[in-house]
Amino acid sequence: MKMITFILSIDIQGLMIILFSAILVDNFVLSKFLGICPFLGVSKNLKTAMGMSAAVIAIMLLASAITWPIQNFLLNPMGIGFLQTLVFILVIASLVQMVETIMKKTLPPLYKALGIYLPLITTNCAVLGVTILNITKDFSFGKAMTNSLGAGLGFALALFLFSGVRMRIEKADVPKALRGLPITLIAASLVSVSFFAFKGLIENIFG
Amino acid sequence: MSEHMSDKTYRSPDQRLEEKKKSESPWSIVLNGLLFENPALRLILGICPLLAVTISAKSSLFMGFAVIFVLTGSEFIVSLLRHVIPVKVRIPAFITIIAGFVTIVQLVVSAYLPALNESLGIYIPLIVVNCVVLARAETFASKRSPAYSVLDGLSMGGGFTLALLMMGSIREILGAGTFFDVKLPLFGSVIEPIMFFSLPPGGFFVFGICIIIMQWVVIRIKRITANKNKTVLAESETDESACSSCGACSICRESEVK
Repeated sequence: MKMITFILSIDIQGLMIILFSAILVDNFVLSKFLGICPFLGVSKNLKTAMGMSAAVIAIMLLASAITWPIQNFLLNPMGIGFLQTLVFILVIASLVQMVETIMKKTLPPLYKALGIYLPLITTNCAVLGVTILNITKDFSFGKAMTNSLGAGLGFALALFLFSGVRMRIEKADVPKALRGLPITLIAASLVSVSFFAFKGLIENIFG
Repeated sequence: MSEHMSDKTYRSPDQRLEEKKKSESPWSIVLNGLLFENPALRLILGICPLLAVTISAKSSLFMGFAVIFVLTGSEFIVSLLRHVIPVKVRIPAFITIIAGFVTIVQLVVSAYLPALNESLGIYIPLIVVNCVVLARAETFASKRSPAYSVLDGLSMGGGFTLALLMMGSIREILGAGTFFDVKLPLFGSVIEPIMFFSLPPGGFFVFGICIIIMQWVVIRIKRITANKNKTVLAESETDESACSSCGACSICRESEVK
């Protein structure tokens, strides 16, 4: 009985708004410009894009689950909230290292698939970005986790769509001056334009 | 590896570093930072803030100053401690030093410039994960004297600021019809400001155009100096170790090939 009242008390609509706005409206890559390096770096083919996305989602969730309690139960009560940046980046760096070591020992096949992306995640600004945003927006723990999940899924969606576009560009006959990075960025700009169609989504569905 | 060994021109990374150090002068460091190895437009490092804060020239200029401060400060400290920090834990040590400087910037900005704090928001703490800072600490400051490191920090930061300012100006003038918050003539009455440029897609677009312009300029300059001295300037080499510390490996290589 307690369980049911607990489940009913969860603000489902609030969580859905956070989830969908993180995935579509405020997409981390395409409208907040977080995690551009891996977005341009590993989007060359679908397989690596998916591997990277899976690793990012997992680390984002883990990092939020650890940094949120640290900020609210450790840094804030002690009055050293300004150490946030320093503490969070060290937590993320050691977390990535730890996950890599554990995975290597216990899940070799998974390590083989995702292992190479893990070191790159430390310097992925999307991960540090989402943990800091969770704090600055004053989310509760549940909302913070939802936001992180949405951010990760949004990253995966952007990467997935963009790798499709890039595979097309590889085959296209591009003017010489635009070859390589410039055409990739212009394509990213077009993908980003398409995400503007989602701007009114939240107000229209939940409003 | 074996094909490298059979190649007579192959040199080990240490030898390459020595050669590079010998050819370095203060002037070449400045020129590399601002132009030939411009972190943003040539090496394509640290582009997250580059795209996000360049909505106006003012916020880009400020972001540039913040990066110069963090870069110069952390390169100086890393260079002073280069014989003390054990090789195995160097990356966490560098990150801690950088995070310290970023926290200084954060506190100063929130105390004295609340308006800028509002507009730059999350992108100030994110300087910690800016690849430029970590890459310079790893490839340059940890192997050079403090004086050279400070110079490198200033010129690399300057190059980054230049790129930020270039993008910020283009986006503000075309997107809002203003420059440093001053309204420009013609805009509004004759030319309608183009919203596209101040929105996120415009960031990607202008960045692509800026890279093309920069490539053209560098190729031109190299051609002119090569004609004058009858010697070709050395192509920029990106150390392998720099790549492993930053997510933009494949992009670095791509820009090198061209």
